[in-house]
Amino acid sequence: MTEPAGPLPPVSPWQWGRVEQIRVENPHVKTLRVTVPDWVPQLPGQHYVVRLTADDGYTASRSYSVGSPPEDAGVVELTVDRLPNGEVSPYLHDELRVGDELELRGPVGGHFVWRGDGPLLLVAGGSGVVPVMAMLRHRRLVEPDVPARLLYSVRSPTELIYGGELGDETTVIFTRQAPAGQRRPAARIGPADLGAVAFDSGPAYLCGSSGFVETAARLLVDAGGYEPGRVRLERYGPTG
Amino acid sequence: MRVSRGFAGRRRGGEPGRLPPGQYDVGADWPVLTAELTPRIDLDRWTMRVDGLVEQPQSWTWGQVRTLAASHFDGDIHCVTTWSKLDTSFAGVSVDTLLAAARPRPEATYVVATSVTGYTTNLPLDDVVAGKAWIVWEYEGRPLPIEHGGPVRMIVPHLYFWKSAKWIESITLLDHDEPGFWEVRGYHDRGDPWREQRYAGD
Repeated sequence: MTEPAGPLPPVSPWQWGRVEQIRVENPHVKTLRVTVPDWVPQLPGQHYVVRLTADDGYTASRSYSVGSPPEDAGVVELTVDRLPNGEVSPYLHDELRVGDELELRGPVGGHFVWRGDGPLLLVAGGSGVVPVMAMLRHRRLVEPDVPARLLYSVRSPTELIYGGELGDETTVIFTRQAPAGQRRPAARIGPADLGAVAFDSGPAYLCGSSGFVETAARLLVDAGGYEPGRVRLERYGPTG
Repeated sequence: MRVSRGFAGRRRGGEPGRLPPGQYDVGADWPVLTAELTPRIDLDRWTMRVDGLVEQPQSWTWGQVRTLAASHFDGDIHCVTTWSKLDTSFAGVSVDTLLAAARPRPEATYVVATSVTGYTTNLPLDDVVAGKAWIVWEYEGRPLPIEHGGPVRMIVPHLYFWKSAKWIESITLLDHDEPGFWEVRGYHDRGDPWREQRYAGD
């Protein structure tokens, strides 16, 4: 809780971006690539707020992590998990098309951000992989010498996000259904999983559901030797 | 007004004017969005302190704090991440009661609330007096769950809920504003949901 904050990019006023591309990541996750007219480089891990406005002025807004690195200038890629009972994410999945305008502001958040210190441990559950992927992409482009590991927990192989981009630094663990030939049986994250990726120094960034993040952080502190001050958490709430 | 093509919205939230701008009714859920690991708190060693610019710094043990005049809050809470939770009820002690014992000095104008985790948040003194802030340990008649800041947290329900420090251990009175954990990380210094003061500059 004591790490220096450092300067943050200013949060832009509300502005309208344009949807350039929509990519399907898995059956319920899409990535929206949006050009941002008044773009400033975000820190890896930050998010944007999306606001939808109906004919009568009713609005709904939700936060989405940026998956693209700051080197991808003038755009943000927001990876959105479709929550069946949500209000905003079903619109973004089912209604929004390439060429549409989308109102947003950002970048936001000064805690779950990576400023280049290492070695870098990333732990993600499900769609919690989005902000840590921004860190991993930034590292590949700018800080390739910083040691990094990603421990990525998903229910089954079809749940993977950014599956084609995961490299040697990544260990995927499956919690419900593992692919054939996998030595580790499908099971929730445990002490051995974190023990295998822990570094002796450097920060850890954990993102996912509140329960996942709490469990993983507790294991990292109790079994992985991390002091609580090295561990930064981002808990995904109901951002429907 | 520009509209989002094809967006109708769901209109949760019931009576008009009940929700601050940009908020939605989260219903029975109560999201947990804490930035730090949930701490382990030993109530035998925990104390609630009021210090800084006061005539008589105070410290209450867990046993002592619960003997103070009971006070409760019934109403709505609003998180900056856009959820609001309606008709909550919390019980504990009014911050007024704690301050009356410590007697703020005339030059005190701000407070910083500090958690056992090191989390801090700053507030104008005016925002925690006159029945606007509490130290609470019950939620809907039951012990406050640890993930929601139990065994004991502050609540300042008229401001965004990051101002309501979980796992509270002290309130420090100051003669100047000292931005806290989120306030130095891009969030608004005061955080009034009715003025939609989410981020610095709003």
